[in-house]
Amino acid sequence: MTVRVLAFARVREILGSNDSTLTLNDGARVSDAWAAVVERAPALAPLARSTRVARNGEIVSGEEPLQDGDELALLPPSGGG
Amino acid sequence: MLRRYSRHLLIPEVGLAGQRRLSRARALVVGAGGLGSPALQYLAAAGVGRIGIADDDVVDETNLQRQTIFSTADIGRPKAQAAAERITALNPHVAVDALQLRFDESNARPLVALYDVVLDCSDRFPTRYLVNDACVLEGKPDVHASIFRFDGQIGVFTRDHPCYRCLYPEPPPAGSTPTCAEGGVLGVLAGIVGTWQANEALKSLLGIGELLTGRLMLVDALAGRTREVRYERDPACALCGESPTVNDAREIAYGEAELDATLDEIEPDALDAALRQWTLLDVREPHEAVLGSLDGAVALPASELEARLHELDSSRSYVVACRVGVKSRWAAQRLRDAGFTRVRHLKGGLLGYAARHDDFAFF
Repeated sequence: MTVRVLAFARVREILGSNDSTLTLNDGARVSDAWAAVVERAPALAPLARSTRVARNGEIVSGEEPLQDGDELALLPPSGGG
Repeated sequence: MLRRYSRHLLIPEVGLAGQRRLSRARALVVGAGGLGSPALQYLAAAGVGRIGIADDDVVDETNLQRQTIFSTADIGRPKAQAAAERITALNPHVAVDALQLRFDESNARPLVALYDVVLDCSDRFPTRYLVNDACVLEGKPDVHASIFRFDGQIGVFTRDHPCYRCLYPEPPPAGSTPTCAEGGVLGVLAGIVGTWQANEALKSLLGIGELLTGRLMLVDALAGRTREVRYERDPACALCGESPTVNDAREIAYGEAELDATLDEIEPDALDAALRQWTLLDVREPHEAVLGSLDGAVALPASELEARLHELDSSRSYVVACRVGVKSRWAAQRLRDAGFTRVRHLKGGLLGYAARHDDFAFF
């Protein structure tokens, strides 16, 4: 399956892109998508616990199953003000 | 005086009743920086009756690219003072509390309790969690926003809706996420996002419209696009979940992971004996130490530790103490890094010590 990955703030900066696609095995979950993104940009690994993932506009847990065509948003907390 | 607000009076959702409501309302802005600049100006222009500005910083030349409440002539001046003057000039009918202090655990709840809404315009994670915790505990809305480069996030946290900890149960590791000073920020983004924050605060005070509760607004200034994501209350939330572990507004121990885990602590009950040979180094800030310290203590606020390290004697033995035992841990590590070999820190802080000694009444 293919999912779209939107990245914000620090995650966008590390990933070097705010809009990309991932190809995952059928049955993949949100945590698998995150693992694939970290494989692409290993510097993201320390942000794993703090970054939340929204699937189709809804923040979900890593256990959430994915479907072909899903849109994921990777949302790290940012402190700046 | 009402003529000033005539364009508000024409809107049915505001009108005379709403304008009166604003004139009796009180808003606290934590941080007079990039977000606070527009927020403060719009709150004042709108006629919010009392506005608190909490900031312990001074205006720096590098602030002026986005902190439009300040002028070049303000460089070096306390931000709370300079911002207060600007909004008083903008609207003299607004009462302004220029709070030249750091919003910290010693003042968080009492300050929040004095206002109807709080705008989190701060720039560090410990303050953001502290604003959230104080607001939820005091039952006041936390109008939150943050900015990084081209990206902004805006959301409202209340006791009846998901809070910041439901959204972000933990901050990123210390050092992994740059501040505006380190990572940069598009100046105009601060204006967009801070203005949006003012809008949420005004709606909250007026009781109109739909607040950004349970929804996080994402602003992408580069793409010229906004999105929103929805989130639920987290039953496991440390603050508002089913079995909370956070019951008071205490600053999170941010950066603690980087500290030496083997650092020696000293239990409050052992302090009296230790002080026969060791010197107590009190690193509380002056405003935290108003109600007393211990005899023979050396006072050196944590904020001045780096600059005044030379005043301490590295051959002596120190027990470092702060109010609750968080800053002291950091300060003790700094002393070790600087070559001090006999350093311990007081577990639980002077508050924990005072709880066991009726003759001390620490704030």
